[in-house]
Amino acid sequence: MHPTPDPGTFSGITEGLAALILLTEFAMLRSAMLRSQVRLYSFQSLVVAALASAVAAARGIPDLFILAGLTLVLKVILIPGIIFRVMRGSKVDLAGSHRLNVATMIFIGISVSVFGFLAVEGLDIHSATLPTPALGTAVAVVLVSFVVIILRGDVVSQAVGFFSLENGVSVASLVVAAGLPFIVEVAFLVDLLVAVVVFGVLMRVHHMKADTLSTDVLDRLKG
Amino acid sequence: MGAILVVILVMPVVVGLVAWRSSPALAGGLTVSAGVATFGLALALVPGVGSHSVLALDSWLRADALSVVFLVATAFLYAVTSIFAVGYLHGPKREPREVLDGSRRLGGPLNLITFSTPAEPGTLLYSQRFWAGLNFFAWSMAVAPIVNSLALLWVAIEITTVISALLVAIDNTEGATEASWKYVLIASMGLGIALVATIVIYYAGSTVLGSGYELFFDPLLRAAPRFPPGIVRLAFVLAVLGYGTKMGLFPVHTWLPDAHSEAPTPVSALLSGSLLTIAFYAILRYYQIAIRSVGVAFPREVLLAFGIASLVLAALYLLSQRDLKRLFAYSSIEHMGILMIGMSFGVTIAVVGVLIHVLAHAAAKATAFFGAGSVMRRLGTKDMTQIRGGIGLLPWSGPMLVLAILGLSAAPPFGIFRSEFLIVYGGLSDPQDVAVAILVAGVTMAFFGLSWYGTQAMVTPAPEGAIRGETSGWIVAAMLVGLIALAMLGIHPPAQLDHLLARAAAELGPPR
Repeated sequence: MHPTPDPGTFSGITEGLAALILLTEFAMLRSAMLRSQVRLYSFQSLVVAALASAVAAARGIPDLFILAGLTLVLKVILIPGIIFRVMRGSKVDLAGSHRLNVATMIFIGISVSVFGFLAVEGLDIHSATLPTPALGTAVAVVLVSFVVIILRGDVVSQAVGFFSLENGVSVASLVVAAGLPFIVEVAFLVDLLVAVVVFGVLMRVHHMKADTLSTDVLDRLKG
Repeated sequence: MGAILVVILVMPVVVGLVAWRSSPALAGGLTVSAGVATFGLALALVPGVGSHSVLALDSWLRADALSVVFLVATAFLYAVTSIFAVGYLHGPKREPREVLDGSRRLGGPLNLITFSTPAEPGTLLYSQRFWAGLNFFAWSMAVAPIVNSLALLWVAIEITTVISALLVAIDNTEGATEASWKYVLIASMGLGIALVATIVIYYAGSTVLGSGYELFFDPLLRAAPRFPPGIVRLAFVLAVLGYGTKMGLFPVHTWLPDAHSEAPTPVSALLSGSLLTIAFYAILRYYQIAIRSVGVAFPREVLLAFGIASLVLAALYLLSQRDLKRLFAYSSIEHMGILMIGMSFGVTIAVVGVLIHVLAHAAAKATAFFGAGSVMRRLGTKDMTQIRGGIGLLPWSGPMLVLAILGLSAAPPFGIFRSEFLIVYGGLSDPQDVAVAILVAGVTMAFFGLSWYGTQAMVTPAPEGAIRGETSGWIVAAMLVGLIALAMLGIHPPAQLDHLLARAAAELGPPR
């Protein structure tokens, strides 16, 4: 059995990491540059990998080390690389795609986060791996990623919003489903990679058709 | 029996990969063969799931009667859509805008990013992508009902999303690009919610089964009565909302009319006839767990609420459509609403009706889309205010389209009449009078919307001097097969099928 670390230190570190993931999500809400969205996603994935390693070390679940490694290769390096490659043809970097002003968007983000925390409080969920507040943080990340997708009007932010949604679910699964079979976790990651390629293709197609990464022109189909 | 599941898991992928590098004729021929073979295999599974489930690959694949119902629907569409697509792509009337654009230099299968190189319809590159995509899409939908784990079910459905998004975009028009982006984004958000549902149900299970178990159906269903009810309720609502996005339920249906109307017609048929019901299948798996854990009342209320909202909204929209394919898209939302309402009644006869409805809707909607494709090929438009004299211009597919539309609006003797009759009958015996009244009103409204606009475009005199003639015999053949299946479901379903449906309905009922 692995030595159980001082609970105060462990929960302090992990809750700090979880909070950092949520803060990164907020940064995506406001970031003005398209390429910095991708860097934020890469950084957020790095923190998720760190959190997975922390849980692996403290709780003695070696599978999670492999998962953290895969996260590092796929979500920190490969996926951002793919998106950068897709964006290569686009000279525009200033997004200018906030549908509301930044302060309002942050306010909405905070509101849904608070809702997420309260909703999780209301559930009777106990975790053997991570402090329960981390679950509230994960749900908040998922909800804020929805806000990113809805309130950012460019294909890069919308795609990155979806990928970071998956990061939020990863954190949630570390809290309540750390024992999730390894093969399933790998299937999720492979699936994410396929989704990234398809998002990339569609971003390219959109960019070639419309000569912009903004989604404002996507308003023909109604009714 | 288990070997059949493995073949279904492997064959369409292999065919898809071969089609990617083949000539259009070879790719089409292979795809039709694979589709017909998959349908045959699905039928061969029917006797095997009569009393117990079929397992394969160390229990990672599993088919019970419920799986086979959805597998049969998907495989049937795989077969008829391939037949239709041969005519749709390679019919004599299609003028290739540019012949053989030397696409082979555009990289091998690994160079996926070059998929975004535009390929005009009629070119070799387009046809290779189309046939490969069609096989992969059908594969992902056929695999979803035979995987054993709730997590792999999610993976399969996410794969259906990304592959079909590429197929929606393949025509490379502005409309297709817009529809595809909206579709992949909205559906992925929905599936994000469904992923949370998967994690939550895993947590509920881990309180009984311990951590580190596979999310296989049988152990989950056995242990479900001891799951914490609050957590299961949460998982069920998340699953209905998440997979409901894929299924096109109101209020998360917004991607559906765009994607269905802008996609190439064979893809529209698969989206509507099969993809939507595969998402319904996922909801049914959560329903099975939920009724064991929290009783029947709560899950049925949730299904009823989503069902009524979808049916009413779709019936209203059906009254104001001009685009033939959008009309059919809203009709899909209507029928998905009917499935949810029928399931919420819960009595066995209504559940049997729901399962017939899954099969009959697949046959009817595919035939209707094929007819729309035929009209578009002949007249170059899907705007119903411009289509006149469809029956006169298209001696075979015209009348068959009218029949398919009548079938979709639940006219006897077709399968949808039978299934809706059983659902209403079940609802009245439950009794769920208010819901039944809304169901009948909604279906009637939809009947008027569909049959009025649909037949008005078809049953009018043809313009002066127009030449009668079909664009392709393949299209006529596909529609004929679809109509025969639809009529058979309505008039005299085979005894084997009745047995399968009864067995599947028992699996969906409360445990004995």
